[in-house]
Amino acid sequence: MESLFILETNGKKNYSNTMSEIMTEKTEDPKIETPIAEKYKLQTKDVNVFYGDFQAIKDVSMNIKPKTITAFIGPSGCGKSTFLRLFNRMNDYIEDFKMEGKIKIDDNNIYKNKIQLEQLRKDVGMVFQKPNPFPKSIFENVAYGLKIQGIKDKKLIADRVEKALIQADLWNEAKDNLNKSALTLSGGQQQRLCIARTLAVEPSIILMDEPTSALDPISTAKIEELIHQLKKDYTIIIVTHNMQQAARISDYTAFFYMGELIEFDKTKKIFTNPEKKRTENYITGRFG
Amino acid sequence: MINIEEQRAVLSKSGEEMLNLVHKQVQLAYEAFTSFDTDLAEEVILKEKRVNSLDIRIEKDTDHFIALYSPVATDLRFALALLKINYNLERIGDQAFDIANHTIDLNQKLVPDLVERMQFNLMFETLESMIKDVITAFTDENLKVARKVFKKDKIINEINAKAFDIVAEDAVKNPELIRQYLMALVVMKKFEKVGDLLKNISESIIYFIDAEILKHKKKK
Repeated sequence: MESLFILETNGKKNYSNTMSEIMTEKTEDPKIETPIAEKYKLQTKDVNVFYGDFQAIKDVSMNIKPKTITAFIGPSGCGKSTFLRLFNRMNDYIEDFKMEGKIKIDDNNIYKNKIQLEQLRKDVGMVFQKPNPFPKSIFENVAYGLKIQGIKDKKLIADRVEKALIQADLWNEAKDNLNKSALTLSGGQQQRLCIARTLAVEPSIILMDEPTSALDPISTAKIEELIHQLKKDYTIIIVTHNMQQAARISDYTAFFYMGELIEFDKTKKIFTNPEKKRTENYITGRFG
Repeated sequence: MINIEEQRAVLSKSGEEMLNLVHKQVQLAYEAFTSFDTDLAEEVILKEKRVNSLDIRIEKDTDHFIALYSPVATDLRFALALLKINYNLERIGDQAFDIANHTIDLNQKLVPDLVERMQFNLMFETLESMIKDVITAFTDENLKVARKVFKKDKIINEINAKAFDIVAEDAVKNPELIRQYLMALVVMKKFEKVGDLLKNISESIIYFIDAEILKHKKKK
């Protein structure tokens, strides 16, 4: 696949390449740029995304700290899912997709030519809106990623499956039925299985695209609790339409509107006293 | 009614109703005390029940608003501020109720000279002006007007501070009026408390408009 990354954006040439230059560079609106941190897990700089002539993301710069939960909120079509899917290059498969700007994970540009997509997707796991287990056993679902990585050691696989199911808080419910079809599990259990499947390959970032929108309140509460627990070891980015969920579980919240990052700040600040009127109007339900 | 804005407007109307009711209570209590009108004092005592029931209604409605509408940002600040405003208004109502009771207990008109020397008139005018500012600031979400209250409260505090010396001086000259003097001091302290509570209300109004917390903040 050809590189989609364009180094020179908006007529800016000789782009800064070092971490310190990126971190000290001023943007037009310093408030949007990011909460201050010494070191970021994920950095985006002047990111634009196009689907043909349509611009889905406009000049978004954002820095995300490690082991934090960041929520992306905004009305449908605002670009939050598109932006999320940039981090594991899921958008690459969409026809006419074009990306400008920089995205770095652990200071490595993930849109450079030589990036190994398999390694990227191992490092950046993803959980989707609807639980999507494979029509295989519970064990096979969790072991799947390990096997396609070429791991053959059965003991290692069994240990990793158990660890992932424990982390996903599904072990007690599933340990006696590991050979049963994953499709026999409830919706909430299936979603936790999908999280376990993601965790088994030991990523450092987990992307979640509305992971509880298809679940009942009890299952939602379990997943939220799980997300909170996972923060100890992972950097989590979640797209949600549920304002209360964003407020409850995230450390930082980013509000997107029509492809622009309107406001990015600590969740407590966004939900008590946002800087921008548009953010306030959205989170208080006055539009969107 | 499922629109959060409409629901907030209903709460705001109740807040205004409480402000106006308590304003009236303070007016009546002042008139009752300074003109020794026990009928007015009785009216204040009767209306205290309305203050209490409106206080409970606002508290319940605000609890429902928080539970059912999950307000955030400006809506959340409004709800939290309204609970505090309501609490402080209810306490202002209590001050008016106490003044009315003291009027009846005193059972005589204050000597006019004392009312004048203790500056009850100026204190009441200032309080009236503060209450009006609070009502305008609340209904129009006007920060500037809300901030006026703090300066005016200083006038109230000065009047109250001087009152002690005046009473001490006069009581020596007219020991037979000692009961009047003591009651005047007690009532003045009640009015001074009304000023403090109005200041608290202003702080809450500023918080909900601007998210600025002024509580325990001293001017440098």
